[in-house]
Amino acid sequence: MTGTGAAAPRTGWPAISGVVRRLPEYMTIWVPLLLSAAHLVSFSLWTIWISFTPSTLVPVSGWVGLRNYTAVMASRNWKIAFDNLLLFGSAFVLLSLVTGLILAILLDQRIRGENVLRSIFLYPLAVSFVVTGTVWSWLLNPGLGIQKLVHDLGWTSFRFDWLVDRDMAIWTIVIAAIWQSSGFAMALFLAGLRSVDADIIKAAQIDGAGPIRTYWRVILPTLWPITITVVVVQLQFAISAFDLVRALTNGGPGIATQLPALVVYDLMFQRSQLGRGAAAAVLMLLILLVVLLPYAAWRYVQRRRATHA
Amino acid sequence: MSKRYANLEVLKGINLDIESGEFTVLVGPSGCGKSTLLNIVAGLDRPSAGTVEIGGRVVNDIAPKDRDIAMVFQSYALYPSMTVRQNITFGMECRHVPKAEQEKALASVARLLQIEPLLGRKPSQLSGGQRQRVAMGRALVRDPLLFLFDEPLSNLDAKLRVEMRMEIKRLHQRIGATIVYVTHDQIEAMTMATRIAVMHHGEVQQFADPDTVYRYPANLFVARFMGSPPMNTMPARLVAEDGGPVVVIGAGRPDEVRLRLQGYDAAASFVGRDVVLGIRPECIAEGSRGFSGASGAPIVINAPVEMVEPTGAETIVLLRLGGEPVLARITPDIRPAPGALAPFALDTRRICLFDPVTERLIA
Amino acid sequence: MRDRTFAPSRILIYLLVSLIAAAYLAPLAVVMLNSLRTNQEIAQASMIGWPKQWAWSNYLAAWSGFCVAETCAGIRPYMLNSALVTIPATIFSTMLGAIAGYAVSLWRFRGDNWIYGIVTLGLFLPQQMRLLPWTIVLRDIGLINTLTGLVLIHTIQGLSFTTLFCRNYYIAIPHELIRAARIDGAGFFRIFWRIILPLSAPILIVTVIWQFTHIWNEFLYGVTFTTGQQQPVTAALIALSAAIADIPQHGVQSAAVIIAALPTLLIYLLGGRYFVRGLTAGAVK
Repeated sequence: MTGTGAAAPRTGWPAISGVVRRLPEYMTIWVPLLLSAAHLVSFSLWTIWISFTPSTLVPVSGWVGLRNYTAVMASRNWKIAFDNLLLFGSAFVLLSLVTGLILAILLDQRIRGENVLRSIFLYPLAVSFVVTGTVWSWLLNPGLGIQKLVHDLGWTSFRFDWLVDRDMAIWTIVIAAIWQSSGFAMALFLAGLRSVDADIIKAAQIDGAGPIRTYWRVILPTLWPITITVVVVQLQFAISAFDLVRALTNGGPGIATQLPALVVYDLMFQRSQLGRGAAAAVLMLLILLVVLLPYAAWRYVQRRRATHA
Repeated sequence: MSKRYANLEVLKGINLDIESGEFTVLVGPSGCGKSTLLNIVAGLDRPSAGTVEIGGRVVNDIAPKDRDIAMVFQSYALYPSMTVRQNITFGMECRHVPKAEQEKALASVARLLQIEPLLGRKPSQLSGGQRQRVAMGRALVRDPLLFLFDEPLSNLDAKLRVEMRMEIKRLHQRIGATIVYVTHDQIEAMTMATRIAVMHHGEVQQFADPDTVYRYPANLFVARFMGSPPMNTMPARLVAEDGGPVVVIGAGRPDEVRLRLQGYDAAASFVGRDVVLGIRPECIAEGSRGFSGASGAPIVINAPVEMVEPTGAETIVLLRLGGEPVLARITPDIRPAPGALAPFALDTRRICLFDPVTERLIA
Repeated sequence: MRDRTFAPSRILIYLLVSLIAAAYLAPLAVVMLNSLRTNQEIAQASMIGWPKQWAWSNYLAAWSGFCVAETCAGIRPYMLNSALVTIPATIFSTMLGAIAGYAVSLWRFRGDNWIYGIVTLGLFLPQQMRLLPWTIVLRDIGLINTLTGLVLIHTIQGLSFTTLFCRNYYIAIPHELIRAARIDGAGFFRIFWRIILPLSAPILIVTVIWQFTHIWNEFLYGVTFTTGQQQPVTAALIALSAAIADIPQHGVQSAAVIIAALPTLLIYLLGGRYFVRGLTAGAVK
């Protein structure tokens, strides 16, 4: 073997025959990936473009500036949807976080039947939102569900009619959403609790910390990164929630439980206002970015720190 | 030949010529570029400039599989889903070697490495040493022009490492293969190599047989890298006295040490100037030792002992020569007391002198 | 804290856990019981109750009897639609994702990081941003209101998840393995087929379960791009509740809900461990 210092002419490109021989492999790598990437980029741009056109029943070219956006944002439909999103998003995320954390801590106590219990808390995630919504619409229906049962049992003054109460209906969605997806928070928190270094817990015990203090001061602080991940994922779900609401309240009573995703669908496919529908979709994306961009920045900083340490 | 990654030049002007049948060891601290060099030879990396020749053929644009090489990896890189048999024959399968021939090659390699009972097992069912053997078997079965070893022993425990070291050396002697072997362990380099290339900062510092590398390190880096404990190096001054060179450690101090040198003609131009003196720990011994072959009486110096480290076979002593800390290797029969003066014999024939500016060996 | 010494607090923990577990199981139990009660019985009492007589006929009616709009074929055709969409889309997206994940993790090529980054954006981008373009594209290529169209959509959209899952799994495979195989003379496909694929069983199970569950449960695309007889079962369930809102048949509806939820529930029961792994893997993107 010889290496010489003199630079010999380098062939910059593999021979053409090599490219032909490797064509099948290039095709399998590139075609699906390019198709996926291209449809994501072009479809997003397409929707953004439509949102600036006067399209109604069919997409047309033309430029209306921000008129679709101002029209959507001025509509009562969107205002209610946005307020609902704020309420639903914060209540659902906070409560499912708390529920998930409590479940994880309970399961972390080395209890018997942990696997069965974990399966029970997680099974709603395997069920479609349509099924969840339908089932909860029955349970919460005052004439059919829990209220009816309690009445039949003799307590006739009992009231649990949130489903038909304009002010409270949004909470039925919160309840169903928590039932469906707090198991997700539990799974992540439990994994986090289990990954805490056992030596740290021993050290805390030797330092004289009781169980509650150990959790509060030593274990829970390590769960911060997981908490942020859970919040972001749940917010992402809340912002694009559609199936669940469609099946549970369908936006009603009236438009009391309207949410952005329903507004988009309504504008696009029921009122044939493609331009406004697209504008509402872009608004949804913007709301999502408000959540995701800080998260991405945070992740980036975390990763930088990890690689520098 | 050189290699750049973005703006980082990891290999500079490497020029190695390896004879057929040689066992060449590339040794250096981690990050010195030795693995990159090996990957370039294997064809897994491309050089930024320069050529790689194997068996007189320029292989820069030839795929790894066509270079007539075999490689043993640090992690062994055994295919986890295949049995030992399949691991060894996979390369032949890729090259469409007839089944009968595959079986023959497999059988002879398995016999050579004594892994016949393991052929039906999966890698996960093997011990570290057995995996190592299978990885070697996979390389041997190719019967290539060139074997490449990438730190193959670093994942083994100390005892097994010594055994495998001897086994690889025996294998080399038996089949006379050409081997390029990368390691950061200088003992592996010393024990196995016919020639060692010491690498640092992407450059070959010295390329020579083990004795030369050990006895005449080309520069201070090689002197300090090879040997355990490493060579003692300290500032000194070279003066002429009675017509011959004398090296002075701690000049001007009350405890200065003056050592007369013989046969250091190459150092003549440094008379009257500062040098770096290098002396191996085994060249400093207890005062009663007579270094064989030394003309005249050995030089014996009383020096203060700072610390004593018995290792069983020998005792390492930290002492001061002209104020400079120095390690000595003495017989375990003697235990000088820390803090006291003790007599030490010095083998001045094996002193190395280095240029303090260029750090190169003078004599 | 994590020991079994303090008995009273442990009893409290068990009590609490059991109560919550009951609350999680209750909706499923209620629907299962209802699916075995007659419509009249439910109408007279409430949705919550023990069957007086076991009405197994509800399942037959739900499966192939009741009418949505003018067709009276029960839920069966829609189940078949869902299966015909879910199974091929799951297989295609998993296969393509495995190869793509293998390529971007172990077989680096120019621009791979960029394209991988864009593909994983699909995990975040709301579906609503793609609804109109898909409608137009499907109409132009004649696949609107067809199951093939849904298969196409779910395959392409699913690539974001499958590529991510497989890439994150393959990235942990030592590069030396690939190098050894290259020196042995194996190419892109042979390395994938002989070395990577045999190692992939865990991640392929995770991916298949994830994709199957997602596609089966998907609603928005189903309701947007198909109508009537072409709809998947999630969309049909909504249509069903709308169609029989006037004359409630809650027993039959409950049976239909159970049937529609059964495939994913079964998969969850059989592969729960892998389901959870997919869940956490998808979250930590």
